[in-house]
Amino acid sequence: MNLSKINWKQLGINAGIPLVILIALILLPNYGWDYGVTLFSQFVVYIILTVSWVMFSGTTGYISLATAAFYGIGIYAAALFYPATGTILPLIVIVIIGAAVSFILAFIVGAITLRLRGIYFAMFTFGLVLLMYQVINYVETSIIGQRGRLVALESNEAVFYYLLGICVITLLVAYLIRKSKYGLALQSIGENEEAATHTGVNVTMVKILVFAISAAFMGAVGVITATKTTYVDAGTAFNPMISFSPALMAIFGGMGNIWGPAIGAVIFTYIQEILQTGSLKNYYMLIFGAILVATIMYLPNGLMGLIQNLWKRIKGAKSAPTRG
Amino acid sequence: MELFLNIFIGGLLIGGIYSLVSMGLSLQYGVAKVFNIAHGEFLMFGAFITYWLQSLGINPLIPILVVAPIMFIVGFILYRTVFTGIRVRSPNPGVFESNGMLAAFGLYFIVQNIAVLIWGSTPQSYSYLNTTISIGPSDFHVNRIVAAAFAIVIGVLFYLFLANTRAGKAIRAAAQDQATAGLMGVDINYMLALCFGFGAAMAAIAGSLISICYPIYTTMGLGYTVIATVVITLGGLGSIPGSFIGGFILGIIGTGVAYWQPGLSVAAYYIIFIILLLVRPKGIMGR
Repeated sequence: MNLSKINWKQLGINAGIPLVILIALILLPNYGWDYGVTLFSQFVVYIILTVSWVMFSGTTGYISLATAAFYGIGIYAAALFYPATGTILPLIVIVIIGAAVSFILAFIVGAITLRLRGIYFAMFTFGLVLLMYQVINYVETSIIGQRGRLVALESNEAVFYYLLGICVITLLVAYLIRKSKYGLALQSIGENEEAATHTGVNVTMVKILVFAISAAFMGAVGVITATKTTYVDAGTAFNPMISFSPALMAIFGGMGNIWGPAIGAVIFTYIQEILQTGSLKNYYMLIFGAILVATIMYLPNGLMGLIQNLWKRIKGAKSAPTRG
Repeated sequence: MELFLNIFIGGLLIGGIYSLVSMGLSLQYGVAKVFNIAHGEFLMFGAFITYWLQSLGINPLIPILVVAPIMFIVGFILYRTVFTGIRVRSPNPGVFESNGMLAAFGLYFIVQNIAVLIWGSTPQSYSYLNTTISIGPSDFHVNRIVAAAFAIVIGVLFYLFLANTRAGKAIRAAAQDQATAGLMGVDINYMLALCFGFGAAMAAIAGSLISICYPIYTTMGLGYTVIATVVITLGGLGSIPGSFIGGFILGIIGTGVAYWQPGLSVAAYYIIFIILLLVRPKGIMGR
């Protein structure tokens, strides 16, 4: 690599800011701010879910609503191998199991549906969440005869560090995919799938593979959150809200670059933390829906798109190129 | 044999309602291209308005005349304000479909939570024509027969409207090819809004009929949306007769599965959906 060709200023911004944020986050548990650790854990959960959602759905335009299914697989992986009665495997192995099972399931689902039109994919993935809920609920209540399971509790700090680790890997993978030829392939699929096929992209394979990779991260997060909530049942594991939230957060933040989804995730998780308690829960869902509709109508490129547009306007450019 | 006959007749009775819900979704998705997740919420509103009116002492079949026009207007306005805006701004139909679906999800949350705030989340029910008559070897509730009859009559009337009127012809043209229909002089924005409104009205009527037979609750909508999705895939997107027939088929299958194992009905629908997508994604009546 020719060192003189590297734009050091750009590199500094691209790598420096995330590094500073990361170091600040690593030190977070030392500040003695206990609520902060829980709050930021929640932020990181949704950042991972949203960034991995965008990895596939944001670029290709195939809306996946199966996030909750993979997340729930992770939760049940923890419930099976990390129960409160005595842990069977070390947590890191279970994270890998959760990721691997999600990967395999997503691969199968993708192989079945990703040859079809996008809207079928959305219906199918949404149905998957309902199916998993019903099957697991049936197996638990009718065959095993219990409602829920207890998972061994992890300390807030441990949960936070696990999540942070998964988050860093997710962001790195998302970045690398975006920069690689697969990223270009995904983008061309999103813009015009037929044209992508004609330029020699193995469209189906790329779609299935990236969908499966994104699912692996969702599964991994589920494992860790299960050790935080400790009580697990089919209703909490396969909650459709987990499928919608990343989609809304990504659209709200803007999917043009990697930071938009993360910012959207932080903003919404914070709103959720404030409102989603007690009697305000219904109002949260109401606001959630209203913002979703308003964002799609008036902010098609999200917050980042809006900022980019404003920035271009301030700098005096005639038109502001943004990707939707 | 007797069991099969029971399941068959029971399936046909509930199938009438499924048909009506599915024809509504078929209009909204097959023609207006909005995969309306909030479809079941219109149904729920229809059911609760009926419940509220009958508690004032009105015969529960009369509110159909009220909820249908109200929901038609709501659907029409929604399409003209929300979905037309998204359609105009979307670069291609694929983007419109996914954005429209997400906006519909937003509507789903809005409508459902408004309903929860008004009516709470406890199941409600009332008694109307709650007697049984014998058909063949077993007994059936009169209210279910009345509901199924109403559903079938409305379905057939709507089919005649599509087949024989000028507006119906325009809707059928728009279902086949929106752009060309627009070029042939169909006021496409108006027609699509009309379809969306009709879809909402049908859901509301179905909701009214459901409230006569079954307990209703504010979170009931999504289940019917799922059923309608499977039915329109089964019948072929945009095919109204396909949805009508598909509703009965799914009614029979659903009743059978519910008889055998009530906890697994969604799983059965999903398996049908998978098989359909793999074997015949255009449905039984699709072209």
